[in-house]
Amino acid sequence: MIRGFEAGIIIAVIAPLIGIFLVLRRYSLIADTLSHVSLAGVAIGLLLKINPLIAAIIAAVVSSVAIEKLRISKRIFGESALSIFLSGSLALAIVLISFAHGFGADLFSYLFGSINTVKQSDVYIIGALGILVVAAVIAFYKELVFVTVDEEAAYVSGIPTKFINILLIVLAAFTVSLAIPIVGVLLISALMVIPVVTALQLKMSFKKTIFFADLISVFSVITGIILSFYLNLSPGGTIVLVALGIFILTLFIKRR
Amino acid sequence: MQHVDHAHTIIELDRVCFSYTNEEVIKDVSLEIHKGDYVGIVGPNGGGKSTLLKLMLGILKPNDGTVRLFGSDIKDFKDWSKIGYVPQKTYIEINFPVIVEELVAMGRYGKQGLFHFPTKEDKEKTLTALKQVDMLGYKDRQINDLSGGQQQRVFIARALATEPEIIFLDEPTVGVDIKTQKQFYALLRKLNKELALTLVLVTHELDVVAHEATELGYINRTMEYYGNPEEFLKGAYFHELIGRGGLHH
Repeated sequence: MIRGFEAGIIIAVIAPLIGIFLVLRRYSLIADTLSHVSLAGVAIGLLLKINPLIAAIIAAVVSSVAIEKLRISKRIFGESALSIFLSGSLALAIVLISFAHGFGADLFSYLFGSINTVKQSDVYIIGALGILVVAAVIAFYKELVFVTVDEEAAYVSGIPTKFINILLIVLAAFTVSLAIPIVGVLLISALMVIPVVTALQLKMSFKKTIFFADLISVFSVITGIILSFYLNLSPGGTIVLVALGIFILTLFIKRR
Repeated sequence: MQHVDHAHTIIELDRVCFSYTNEEVIKDVSLEIHKGDYVGIVGPNGGGKSTLLKLMLGILKPNDGTVRLFGSDIKDFKDWSKIGYVPQKTYIEINFPVIVEELVAMGRYGKQGLFHFPTKEDKEKTLTALKQVDMLGYKDRQINDLSGGQQQRVFIARALATEPEIIFLDEPTVGVDIKTQKQFYALLRKLNKELALTLVLVTHELDVVAHEATELGYINRTMEYYGNPEEFLKGAYFHELIGRGGLHH
């Protein structure tokens, strides 16, 4: 439970931090795609008996680079590239799972998250890579923001836009796969998108928007974990519902 | 007013050709833009105005021919801090979370380079640029709260914050009213005359820009005219255009 809290708060911080760039660049679907790729990674990990989290991270990072290369090559539409990866990796995951049909209970926790069974080694991995993601966003903050606002103008200012695009999608891959033990494959993108969209309603500067998105996200994770513990609910689902509740509340307050 | 060496070539296009797929959008365009020039590029929709601008900036690569910026081939060009760019403003979306000061500060980012955080000097240059376009009072406002004309000024301020020698503008007055448009052209005149900035302006407003620019280019796949705007207005080509209703595309 304590381990779940620690890992949950780290995820709560990095999910909107990457999510804001994905949302504003209309890349939200990437989070979903990478989460399904991560599931295939988990299945491979369970099958080969290596740490499923590490397998998920590798699968997500490798695929993220491939997706970006496909997008640049313009040989197929960006969205179709994502669909291919999404359905392809889900198919692979299902086949691998049916092939080794013994790990049903385990799989369920990867689909929907399972905070109670977070391992100590997972906390270390999430902690180390979480810090890496935060450090990368701080180091490349101005480039990430400029490319998000206006990629052409950023290019004409001499910003290495290709590198920044790859960096963003790789960071997204880390974030998505790290979040799996907490909210599960099916709910990750919600944690990356909902707090950001909520903060966007408040019409603030870029920095303040990130800050509030993080605040909403951390609050949702803590509240969600506590509620799920006392009411015996699914933690992943509860976290997302809390975040969604805050979003709806914001919409109502704004309308007044 | 500053002394400007108009003999100094900033941009050189030599027989540039470009096609998106099989259709050639730009064919055999050659031109020279000199320091202090105020170039208006006009032409029909789909005639290749914006494409030409993107070729000059290296956003698009020519299929044939060469583009030289400040004497070096665009492929090897590194000195991006000499360039300011004001893009077509259609992409600013509702809710985009960026305030005026943040947007203008981006003009300094390329100069600072990777792993450098903005300094006090960057902040000062940002505020100076906002002052130059009379938008300092709006620095904490979100960009979507501004009118089209005000947004356009902010984007010019971003280009100015780079402290460039040349500014490229792509259809900057689309969707603004006549009064705003007049103020906008007055601002460009000031930048060209007082700050000795070279300007390259792509626009559909031939009637306005012909009285503002020092050089006029009319592009319709090929560069059908390049030179003095007065001559263009007097010339047979212009009258032919009016004759076939080709002015208001």
